[in-house]
Amino acid sequence: MGMTTKRTIGKIVYHVLVCGLGLVMIYPLVWMIMSSFKPTQTIFTTANQLIPSQFVFENYANGWKGFAKISFAVFFKNSLFISIIATIGTLISSALVAFGFSRCKFWGKKILFVAMLLSMMLPAQVLMIPQYLWYQKLGWVGSYKPLIIPYFFAIQGFFVYQITNFIDGIPRELDEAAKIDGCSYYSIFFRIILPLTTPALITSTIFSFMWRWDDFLSALLYINESAKYPVSLALKLFCDPGSSSDYGAMFAMATISIMPAVIMFICLQKYLVEGISTSGLKG
Amino acid sequence: MKGKRNLTFKQFLCKESIAGVVFCSPFIIGFLMFMIVPMGISLYYSFCDYNILTPAVFSGAKNYIKMFTDDEVFWQTIGVTFYFAFVSVPLRLIFALIVAMILLKTTKATGFYRAAYYLPSIIGGSVAVAVLWKRMWATDGVINTLLSAIGIETSFAWLGNTNTAIWVLIVLAVWQFGSSMLIFLSALKQIPVSLYEAATVDGANKWHQFWKVTLPLLTPNIFFNLVMQMINGFLAFTQCFIITQGKPLNSTLFYTVYMYQQSFEFYNTGYGAALAWIMLVIIGLITLLLFATKKFWVYEGGF
Repeated sequence: MGMTTKRTIGKIVYHVLVCGLGLVMIYPLVWMIMSSFKPTQTIFTTANQLIPSQFVFENYANGWKGFAKISFAVFFKNSLFISIIATIGTLISSALVAFGFSRCKFWGKKILFVAMLLSMMLPAQVLMIPQYLWYQKLGWVGSYKPLIIPYFFAIQGFFVYQITNFIDGIPRELDEAAKIDGCSYYSIFFRIILPLTTPALITSTIFSFMWRWDDFLSALLYINESAKYPVSLALKLFCDPGSSSDYGAMFAMATISIMPAVIMFICLQKYLVEGISTSGLKG
Repeated sequence: MKGKRNLTFKQFLCKESIAGVVFCSPFIIGFLMFMIVPMGISLYYSFCDYNILTPAVFSGAKNYIKMFTDDEVFWQTIGVTFYFAFVSVPLRLIFALIVAMILLKTTKATGFYRAAYYLPSIIGGSVAVAVLWKRMWATDGVINTLLSAIGIETSFAWLGNTNTAIWVLIVLAVWQFGSSMLIFLSALKQIPVSLYEAATVDGANKWHQFWKVTLPLLTPNIFFNLVMQMINGFLAFTQCFIITQGKPLNSTLFYTVYMYQQSFEFYNTGYGAALAWIMLVIIGLITLLLFATKKFWVYEGGF
């Protein structure tokens, strides 16, 4: 056997293996999406058959009606509202704080930086009960305030850390030149640093939006009125036994709920991969 | 305002030390308002009999004593949580490393493969996937159907058995190895080819190269991943909450879910606050322990 044939066979084996494993990885998702197009009573009787024998769209129509007379359109609107506003807050506050950490010397900076790293290690689940008690005192329970306001105060150290690192990489000569021209720290930030930080801000936008979209815990704790539910919570209640055994509709709504993340993933893969590879805390 | 010179307010704001504080003020306020104050309040309540509806009554260390001496479920959840974290995190890292090694070879399809392996990590935390997972492992779910298709006829209740239910959650966690994979992939790409060439000259085969060159150089990344994933492993909530709710017989009851139940289902809020504090102590200890082992196995020299 010649070297080239051997190499070709090696290549084929490699691709078959990698492709096969890749299929196993995405099989559950493909199965869910395909099931959402099957007539609902046949989903489990034909579970071994991936492609539906006939594509039906009634599951989407049925699911979209939602429950308790509230359509899924409302839940999507709620999720979009929360995710977008909280993401804007995260971006503004994290960029400001990152600039402070990267470019200014001031008393207490080191302690503050350690506090930021600590806040990164201190996840939502540990704070679940403490924050609930506090928000209850503030009278925030039952509103969107706990899901939005904290994000305007740079509480996610992950983003501050990411953007600080990025600003550290921007040459200081730019600031110095601007200072000589009489620019204050504030105009340096807005006119020079902020525009240059765009790539880091895009990465942060993607992660922040996806995490807020997926956030289930805080919605579960703070939102108790069905008209205010975000998609994550609505989906959970939609799937609870009793409220619905319409699996077709359930899979249809589950499929729609992951679409924003999937679309972002496909369109902005480059930024995502960069974000994970350079700092990659969560995912 | 005392100063050597009389500054206008604007000039005062433009001093470097003041500007720094102004820029960092969102974090200063946020850290105090949303972390320190809540933690302080919960520390107080953890020493109280408190159930949200009636006023808190100071009860000393009662909650903590009860937890350690008179709460079997507490110990059970500790066991379940440790088992989950210590099995799923190493498995996830091993998978991530193997796949990263495979994908290091660049071909035309690499971008596509990388996307396929990474996609589950992107959406794995969502309610949609949890709901799907629950249905997949049901007696008439896709797992049993596929097993039947390859000749293993079964209607095994994966989620109803105390031995296998936790594995359904572990498999779900391992399935999301994508982000660790990407970190390993970018670290692998930074290892200079010259090191492998030198090793080859010295007569090392691929197997030796992996153990003597690749793995030692990856230890800083492995360490970083291990610490972060361990913390996240200890705090898994959504998946357990939706898929198993701790059933059967508390064999999958994660600590965080127990904490939630105590506070919001049984209304033992004081007790829940105490549980949160113990969780924090455990995470802190694990992190410290991991850092203490660092000098024994993490390579810190350059290339």
